[in-house]
Amino acid sequence: MAKLNLLLLLVLVVCALGLVTSQHKARKLFSDLEREQARARELDVEYGRLQLEASTWGLHARVEKVAAGTLGMRTPDARRVRIVEREAPR
Amino acid sequence: MSAVAACGIVRLPVWRARVVLCAMLAAFAVLAGRSVYLQAMHTGFLQEKGEARYSRVLEAPGTRGRILDRHGEALAISTPVQSVWAIPEDVVATPAQLKKLAVLLGADPRELHKRLADSSRDFVYLKRQIAPEQAEQVARLGLPGIHQHREFRRYYPGGELTAHLVGFTGLDEAGQEGVELAHQGSLGGIPGSRRVIKDRLGRVVEDIESIRAAQDGKDLQLSIDGKIQSLAYGVLKAAVAEHKAKAGAVVVIDVRTGEVLALVNLPSFNPNNRAKLSGAQLRNRALTDTFEPGSTLKPFTVALALELGKVTPRSMVSSGREPLRIAHYTIHDPHPEGALNVAQVIQKSSNVGAAKIALSLPREDMWDLFNRAGFGAAPQLGFPGEAGGRLRAARSWRPVEQATMAYGHGISVSLVQLARAYTMFARDGELVPLTLVKSDALAPGTRVLSPQTARAVRTMLELAVQPGGTAPRARIMGWRVAGKTGTAHKQENGGYAPDKYIASFVGLAPASAPRIVVAVMIDEPSAGKYYGGIVAAPVFAQITQGALRLLGVPHDAPLEPVPLPGEGEEAREST
Repeated sequence: MAKLNLLLLLVLVVCALGLVTSQHKARKLFSDLEREQARARELDVEYGRLQLEASTWGLHARVEKVAAGTLGMRTPDARRVRIVEREAPR
Repeated sequence: MSAVAACGIVRLPVWRARVVLCAMLAAFAVLAGRSVYLQAMHTGFLQEKGEARYSRVLEAPGTRGRILDRHGEALAISTPVQSVWAIPEDVVATPAQLKKLAVLLGADPRELHKRLADSSRDFVYLKRQIAPEQAEQVARLGLPGIHQHREFRRYYPGGELTAHLVGFTGLDEAGQEGVELAHQGSLGGIPGSRRVIKDRLGRVVEDIESIRAAQDGKDLQLSIDGKIQSLAYGVLKAAVAEHKAKAGAVVVIDVRTGEVLALVNLPSFNPNNRAKLSGAQLRNRALTDTFEPGSTLKPFTVALALELGKVTPRSMVSSGREPLRIAHYTIHDPHPEGALNVAQVIQKSSNVGAAKIALSLPREDMWDLFNRAGFGAAPQLGFPGEAGGRLRAARSWRPVEQATMAYGHGISVSLVQLARAYTMFARDGELVPLTLVKSDALAPGTRVLSPQTARAVRTMLELAVQPGGTAPRARIMGWRVAGKTGTAHKQENGGYAPDKYIASFVGLAPASAPRIVVAVMIDEPSAGKYYGGIVAAPVFAQITQGALRLLGVPHDAPLEPVPLPGEGEEAREST
């Protein structure tokens, strides 16, 4: 009887320790998840900021100025433009 | 030595031991009672209190959707910023630190001091919406009682180009003007919240429940073409400056889909910095302001006359240089042209001719056409504050009013209404419903005129831009255009101001198979020239040329430079 009790006690202790470890692991994983989610949010924010930057750099007025000024580009003479008709989708 | 000590044993009375025992039992009973009370009867409250030590409700913000143009370029984006706030009582800072804080926040040190001295409040904003880098520097000062929280701020990369159209939001990110207001429901995000367990260090260790999931707002893609918008803005701005005008507006419509490709207003404002704004800058004139359109309405009268079979394009109408007298009023042409046929009435923009045609028409039919052209009712773009203009009931028209309405007096419209009405000439008699949201689908129109009439009017409108018409400056290289000028006196104090005009031009291109309608309005050009054909038509030409090229519309005219008319060669008009 005493031996059985001792055995059960041992099982109980092991279970208890297992519970503690798994809880700890779960929390650790969870905090990792949280961290990654926060990172995802940060990246999202960064994406928005970059989009904003991109559209600021890509303002039509600015593009036109750079194209005409720095790069010396100009609108092609309409006589040298050929317009290709798109085939009607079947 | 006492006797007690001497004999070694002391006999105490039995009751004393019992008293002690009872006292002990009573103490235990109290403990047991208390624990029963706490565990069984008061447990809910205590559990709640206990949870409050480690569980927290976290707010998760819902991001507001972006507004994009038809090519996916951003017109409005939300990005996070920090707001700095303080609990005045908790703030401990040396004057030097406070000064540094004031510099970082860009605030007046005295003002800051005053705010922090007000200990009756336990929450004051020191500065809202500062850049994250700035906020980090503030945080690095490490002042107690100074806190920050994250907010979103709306940025408008298009700036003044799209200011009126896109509108703006308030500090709380709720739409206040323009599309931001009109589409608040779908753009706005819904903040969510969830309950979590935090450990001693403030890290979230467990998610208990999600109270409400955060919902991000939906992106909205407008029908606006950023390139055409930018082009139209540039051209209009130059014209407004050149003619020292008070204001101006341009609308470009794709006639196949009813999409508004560009909508520009001047004066404009920078929606990213709205510190000094006046009402004049904020007004979206093209949509919310109405004006007497003047001659741009003549084609509608002529179209009705053609439709009813009263005239053909070749019938003669005007008896020439004679002014037309109705009751006490006299209608005359400032530059009389002699005998004109119906087509020439449009080409030369003759008031007498248009009035005579109008007088041959039943007024109910005229009202009906104006009504079906969309005058007198808001254009249903879903934009806040759209004006419907004024179209009085037909039975209240006196003959002279019917005559003047033929050339756009006594009726008021917005520029968008006018542009939309012209889609009936562009689409062979069908009026197309407008939209500000990208659709790309062929929009079904409402038939107002027969195709023959619409084409006949289009031919007349093409004559108006030829040499001898009122707007030869509207022509462009490579495409045929058609359109009508308007030069109307402005209404002031119930009468017409003698020296204030609204110059306008509404046209369509290419004339062989119209793709776009462009309407231009310039308010009070005051640099000497005020005719629609001189002030507004060149704006139309430049915008149309660029827009057709950007849209890749095939040429329908030989590619030869268009000769500009010499001084005095073009027909002039007064309305």
